[in-house]
Amino acid sequence: MSSENKILTTDGIPLEVSLKKAERKNKIKAFVLVAPLLLFLVITYIFPIGEMFTRSIDDKMITNMLPKTFKEMEKWDGKELPSEEVFAGFYYDYKALVEKQEHGKLGQRLNKEKNGFNSTTKRLFRNIKRKKIDESASIKEQMMKVHKNWGKVEYWQAIKRTAPPYTLAKYLKGMDMYYAPDGSIAQVDEDRRIHRILWLRTLEIAFFVTLFCFLMGYPIAHLLATLPMKYSNLLMICVLLPFWTSLLVRTASWMILLQQQGVVNDFFVMIGLVADDNRPEMMYNKVGTYVAMTQILLPFMVLPLYSVMKTISPSLMRAGKSLGGTPFVAFWKVYFPLTIPGIGAGCLLVFILAIGYYITPALVGGASGTLISNQIAFHMKQTLDWSFASAMGLMLLTGVLVIYWIYNKLVGVDNIKLG
Amino acid sequence: MSKNPEFVKFDKVDKSYDGKVLVVKDLQLDIAEGEFITMLGPSGSGKTTCLMMLAGFETPTNGEILLDGNIISNIPPHKRGIGMVFQNYALFPHMTVYENLAFPLRVRKVEKDEIDKKVDKALSMVSLNGFESRMPAQLSGGQQQRVAVARALVFDPAVVLMDEPLGALDKNLRESMQYEIKHIHESIGVTVVYVTHDQSEALTMSNRIAVFNDGKVQQLSDPAELYEKPVNSFVAEFIGENNTFNGEVSDIDKDTCKVKLGNAEILANPISVKSKGEKTTVSLRPERALINPADKMDNMFTGKIEEVIYHGDHTRVRLNLLGSSEFILKVPNSTSNLELKVSEDINIGWNSVDARALDPK
Repeated sequence: MSSENKILTTDGIPLEVSLKKAERKNKIKAFVLVAPLLLFLVITYIFPIGEMFTRSIDDKMITNMLPKTFKEMEKWDGKELPSEEVFAGFYYDYKALVEKQEHGKLGQRLNKEKNGFNSTTKRLFRNIKRKKIDESASIKEQMMKVHKNWGKVEYWQAIKRTAPPYTLAKYLKGMDMYYAPDGSIAQVDEDRRIHRILWLRTLEIAFFVTLFCFLMGYPIAHLLATLPMKYSNLLMICVLLPFWTSLLVRTASWMILLQQQGVVNDFFVMIGLVADDNRPEMMYNKVGTYVAMTQILLPFMVLPLYSVMKTISPSLMRAGKSLGGTPFVAFWKVYFPLTIPGIGAGCLLVFILAIGYYITPALVGGASGTLISNQIAFHMKQTLDWSFASAMGLMLLTGVLVIYWIYNKLVGVDNIKLG
Repeated sequence: MSKNPEFVKFDKVDKSYDGKVLVVKDLQLDIAEGEFITMLGPSGSGKTTCLMMLAGFETPTNGEILLDGNIISNIPPHKRGIGMVFQNYALFPHMTVYENLAFPLRVRKVEKDEIDKKVDKALSMVSLNGFESRMPAQLSGGQQQRVAVARALVFDPAVVLMDEPLGALDKNLRESMQYEIKHIHESIGVTVVYVTHDQSEALTMSNRIAVFNDGKVQQLSDPAELYEKPVNSFVAEFIGENNTFNGEVSDIDKDTCKVKLGNAEILANPISVKSKGEKTTVSLRPERALINPADKMDNMFTGKIEEVIYHGDHTRVRLNLLGSSEFILKVPNSTSNLELKVSEDINIGWNSVDARALDPK
């Protein structure tokens, strides 16, 4: 539109300007109302995730400890033994660390990269302490005399690998992979691939818990939506009751029910389903995780389904029947397609909650029923390898986002209805 | 073509939901083949329940419903072959217009070509060709209504039920749809059972009207008779406008009776009164009472004008007459308009044959 025929208000101000002015107050008001939540989200969500991310890839320690070495190494091709300048750079860096008494850390960190570094650096430390190194002569030759490892190119390659301030090593570890000495990515030995099993098991358990919740939740939600008010209210309370009970209490009660001397087993023995000396284990394995998680996550399936079903007019089913469809056809062709938004929302909700579930699998899962989140907690609390825990947490988050993306491609997020 | 006068038959049908109250009492109703019958009544009068029983969504508590001589009480809805138009249209929101119309044909395993032909025919019947690929949400209320009608007719059902199908439309659209449905009925000759609480809709469209109240058919007759000759005071009140006088029969012979109202006496047509001393409600249509009648009429009274309301094509005059201040007159808007002023006295006359002495209210 050209400027001549811009629409003006009665007072001659351009309409757009006037409109913006009029809307500004509302916008500010809206922003102020949202601001506390936004701030809360930034502090409690976005900031910690950013922190997790930097922690998971952070590898600045050695970069800061060996500045001269890495500067000289830029010219090194990495194939043959490095030049005198690199040796000298490392020597002076190391000497500075010895003065600050931080040389131990370096040794440990390098030892993780290549076995044998601890003793190699310790020997250099003793020589520096005793002032045995003549700084006016060739440092390269003296160091190679101190320990034969200094004359091996693999050790220098290992140092060079630690040069970048960031590393993806923790992520590789989360997928049972590592950087081989030549810098390529390698798989860990088959008998040590624990994380991949955990990832697959997490996906499997989340998938089946979602499926069970759907199979059990759909009829309940349908009943809730169609029953007369007085019954549906009662049923609704039954569905919500678990919500009002502490998660821990519910999990603990499942432990009472499922243990070998527990209520369920007693009942099976009583009706003669199993022999008394052959009680099946229903806890500390996948069964326990499935049962407890399905029960705990069921309301998250029922509520979105219910809210969608509530909006489906009963006359649609009637129309389907009066037009000649059997009750099944009317259900499958008319009712079911209309509940898909609810199914989508419920399944996505349950799946995402299940994939990161922690307490229940930790308590009733045992060895074969634990999930990736339990592994994350283990590294947070036991090994204190926070960067690894952060890396796995982010991998989990990414996985959820990927699932969300796939879901959006398949069903469309606009079709989700949470109520 | 011989038409079955008892194509649909309600035989002594009772219906109760809770075992305490009968919502339909001893319904006896025959519907002829090809007829357009309307069940008319206030809400809660049992008319929709009757329709639902015919469609198969409710079972009669007692009695039988027969369709073309066969008892259908135990046949599930999808096997009855009865088309139905629902109050809120009940179009399948996730299907296009074409799919909606094809649904009853597909479940009947009709060939694809045949489906296309029938859908096309049904859509042209409601003049909606070219809307096949639209979703119901993209249609206006009137168009949705037409699709619903077309869907109920597309599989050539013997009977089509319509449950207040025009209730959600605005007044103008409702009137034009009334004619449209009536014309469709006339052109294809299907039996239509129509439920409404709108009396003008019923009068416009139907061959016969069954007036429901309190679970019973109060009167079953064609529209003209229903309006002109209501058999009881409920029907008189429910259909059209009505002036009433409550009184007591003071004298009665074959064609007329005298009804005593306070200190005056009027002549009336005895419909449901038999003897002297009976209480009665006399019903008189507003348009049957004339101001300063030219011809001699057997009821002549003077009343005082209380209110004059201009309605465009006619003027309503509220009078204080014979001790009641609710007497309404309809004066047509013609060139020789009378000067009507509030608190003037005017002479009113009507024939005793139009004043129907019915059961007391």
